[in-house]
Amino acid sequence: MFAEILELLPELLRGTLMTVELTLCAAVVAITAALIAAVSKMYGPRPLRWLAIAYIEVFRGTSALVQLFWLFFVLPYFGVTLEPFAVGVVALGLNIGAYGAEVIRGSILSIDKGQWEAATALNLGRMQTLRRIILPQAFVAMIPPWGNLFIELLKGTALVSMITLGDLAFKAQQLNQNTLRTLQIFSLVLIIYLCLSLLITVLMRTLEHRVARGLLRGRAG
Amino acid sequence: MTQHDDPMLRFDKVSKRYGQHTVLDRLDFEVARNEKVAIIGPSGSGKTTLLRLLMTLESVDAGVIYVEGEPLTHMPQGERLIPASRQHLSRVRAKIGMVFQHFNLFPHMSALDNCTEAPRTVLGLSKAEASARATELLQMVGLGDKLEHYPGQLSGGQKQRVAIARALAMRPRIMLFDEVTSALDPELVGEVLKVIRQLGEEHDLTMLMVTHEMGFAREFADRVCFFDGGKMAEQGTPQEIFGAPRQERTRQFLSAVLETRS
Ligand SMILES: Nc1ncnc2c1ncn2[C@@H]1O[C@H](COP(=O)(O)OP(=O)(O)OP(=O)(O)O)[C@@H](O)[C@H]1O
Ligand SMILES: [Mg+2]
Repeated sequence: MFAEILELLPELLRGTLMTVELTLCAAVVAITAALIAAVSKMYGPRPLRWLAIAYIEVFRGTSALVQLFWLFFVLPYFGVTLEPFAVGVVALGLNIGAYGAEVIRGSILSIDKGQWEAATALNLGRMQTLRRIILPQAFVAMIPPWGNLFIELLKGTALVSMITLGDLAFKAQQLNQNTLRTLQIFSLVLIIYLCLSLLITVLMRTLEHRVARGLLRGRAG
Repeated sequence: MTQHDDPMLRFDKVSKRYGQHTVLDRLDFEVARNEKVAIIGPSGSGKTTLLRLLMTLESVDAGVIYVEGEPLTHMPQGERLIPASRQHLSRVRAKIGMVFQHFNLFPHMSALDNCTEAPRTVLGLSKAEASARATELLQMVGLGDKLEHYPGQLSGGQKQRVAIARALAMRPRIMLFDEVTSALDPELVGEVLKVIRQLGEEHDLTMLMVTHEMGFAREFADRVCFFDGGKMAEQGTPQEIFGAPRQERTRQFLSAVLETRS
């Protein structure tokens, strides 16, 4: 049993590496897209606002798998062919980013309006106020929901096996076809995904505590 | 453009409505350079609204506000006045600073950073220049030893003094105070009023303060304005208003306030 696992593990870990890389890259895309979409939707000039709303609604309202297929199979018709990895990163990133935009918007709205007023009284512009006053405070409130989104993202990476990327789920199916050791393989895969998502939870908790401590310094005392 | 004989502030038939409710009704109001004006009146009479219009936190529905002869919420285009552009607003607004009832300090910044943030990002001062000026101001309000403290580590009175220093760091010509002591424990009121008194004595500042501290208004203000129902019902020197109010409403208000205070 133990020897069998050792035999399966290297290939699965290669897949894990791909899953982790995808998750990290897509997370960067997601955060960027979410921030731009949230700020555009809230404060952008009208056309930009519509664009942001369209992006958020389209990516929340359609399945991630369809988005992935669309970028992979349809985009080439428009003369744009992306590497499978790039398609995976962009599709998953934009998908999670659409949810993230609403998270960011909510956390910005949760900041007391007195903070905006104080900033206006000091003649700070809207973007300066956002960047220097509002977002740093909104950041703590954003961390737990972003933790959930990153876990969604991690799980979502399994979809890229449909576009021939060798992630953990892809490797698992491949190994399963070659060795037929279904029980061991998929139990291992389950455990690996679980460990990764627990890791995300722990990291986000730590970040939250760090930031909260920095932000609310001495509030209790 | 700015003439010295213009009043510092002039409200010309300024109205403000929220829905059907008229909060300020064609208000005419002037404040001279360096004048200290206390604004008193019952709850809901439009006192805060007056200050918020000046600080451009609310927009006027009718009329024009002039700062040193220059329209605040409008700008001239030929013969007419059109709603002000963002640049115009920001330029005129730079003359005005405000202190709020609930401090509104930036909780993620130290006292010093609260006072250097806007001078650096808005006025473009260097870190050293901004810090030097902020330190001086925080010393002036008696917080020279609390520069690195965060708002959460300060008492209400200390927070309000940081807020005063923060507003002064932008070098306004006009300071607005909206019930700046009413969120404070009674024993902390004195330290904040002392700072305001000192400001009035040592700086060229036009000051408008909404207050329920009648004692302070009486000894500090050059003029007291009594607001009622969106109108200025009566104004005069502290002696006139507190000693011999002409209006029945003013008398009622003052006796009610003084009764609850004593
Ligand atoms: N954002 C708003 N929306 C609707 N009504 C408002 C708004 N702000 C103020 N009001 C109303 O306008 C009126 C005047 O408010 P304002 O805050 O200027 O009164 P005030 O004289 O400062 O009273 P207080 O002594 O209680 O602070 C009140 O009736 C208030 O309910
Ligand atoms: Mg008020």
